[in-house]
Amino acid sequence: MQEYNFAYLDEQTKRMIRRAILKGLAVPGYQVPFASREMPMPYGWGTGGVQVSAAVLMPEDVMKVIDQGADDTTNAVSIRKFFERTAGVDTTERTSDADVIQTRHRIPEEALREDQILVYQVPIPEPLRFLEPRETETRKMHALEEYGLMHVKLYEDIARNGAIATAYAYPVRVEGRYVMDPSPIPKFDNPKLEMAAIQLFGAGREQRIYALPPYCNVVSLDFEDYPFEASKADHACDLCGCETSYLDEVIVDDAGGRMFVCSDTDFCRGRRAAGHIGVQGTPFEEDAA
Amino acid sequence: MQQTAMTETALTGGFSDAPQQSARAFRAAMNAMARPGLIEQVDGAEPPAPMSKAAGVLALVLLDGETPVHLAGALDCPQVRDWITFHTGAPFAGREFCAFAFGAWDDLMPLGGYRIGMAEYPDRSATLIVEMPALTAAGAILRGPGIKDSAALNLPDPAQLARNAAQFPLGLDFFFTCGDALAALPRSTRIEVA
Repeated sequence: MQEYNFAYLDEQTKRMIRRAILKGLAVPGYQVPFASREMPMPYGWGTGGVQVSAAVLMPEDVMKVIDQGADDTTNAVSIRKFFERTAGVDTTERTSDADVIQTRHRIPEEALREDQILVYQVPIPEPLRFLEPRETETRKMHALEEYGLMHVKLYEDIARNGAIATAYAYPVRVEGRYVMDPSPIPKFDNPKLEMAAIQLFGAGREQRIYALPPYCNVVSLDFEDYPFEASKADHACDLCGCETSYLDEVIVDDAGGRMFVCSDTDFCRGRRAAGHIGVQGTPFEEDAA
Repeated sequence: MQQTAMTETALTGGFSDAPQQSARAFRAAMNAMARPGLIEQVDGAEPPAPMSKAAGVLALVLLDGETPVHLAGALDCPQVRDWITFHTGAPFAGREFCAFAFGAWDDLMPLGGYRIGMAEYPDRSATLIVEMPALTAAGAILRGPGIKDSAALNLPDPAQLARNAAQFPLGLDFFFTCGDALAALPRSTRIEVA
């Protein structure tokens, strides 16, 4: 413990990140440049989220880390351990017990409260980047609210596929001003972006921080005749039977066998503990791995 | 730069445990900025008079050598200058170059003198920390990001702050401080004069 400053980063770095977070909250959806640091993990492993978490964590916070909804994948486990060791904070897998939740590519099923903070790991913060590779140009497009290109992209989806095929990182318009990339969450999660908790987005490699204050107006881009649809696999969870949660498809053998399970492991566990059983589920046992 | 001996008050009144205290103070400041009108209490700094405790805490949390700071009116005194220099190392600047400005509302005027950012970089704007005689959740009605329905706060000059908000996404952001209490008003908040 003594080898590190609280939450790993030095105070000067945290101040710089904190100032960027305040600007992000003041201009929702705008990507604030920040001097991203080298972290003891590779870019692409959540260094942006880790730096934002380090800047907002308090010693008495309880932290939760999820990767695609799961608490027990490599990325989630290693980031959780990182903050256990460098900040000395308690960690949890229960969404409702957490003060700060760092997430990669999912919003928890359970509605978040006002006193919670959701920190997203963001790979490419610029929603226009795959349409216009030059930063000088995309910056100008944001300044001029020139978002026609994004609608052309969604239109081409419809022209080719008959529907908007974008399934994740689905662009949103924040407070009628900035078009924002909600990070690669499934579009199923987009309606949840209007929530009671503070949402902070950190992109380490791309050196950007942006934010959504609570109850911020967030609209998924669409067309009058092709309205936005929050889609999921048309199935129920095979473990807990939930018909409304976002599902992962898991291949279970070499013969094409598969099952659908909740992507949010804590949510699924909670339902099974409450006695819900899916088609392939077994009664819940506390110690079952 | 004046070469006077630093007053003894300049050396005391900082955080005793900077990493932990600034983390808690930042949480309060962030909550305030994310929820305009919300009044938060902070602790840990004892700045020299006439600077309030809350303004002192914000100075310790936000200022360093990279943030030019402007002191206005009564706050522009040797005691406060020395205290900020010793604890944060922030350089002093005129209002047109500052990242943060501290002072009473009338002393900070005119708002037109501060940086409001550019169309491509709206974050390159100043944040004003306004010392207030009182902070109460009454007065001007606030709506917008961070506010569920509406909030209320005793703003010093709602009409002028509404004009600042009309420049969104450019504009100034504000913290209001009184004693150990603080509230915030980002440029995104829509203000109805009650």
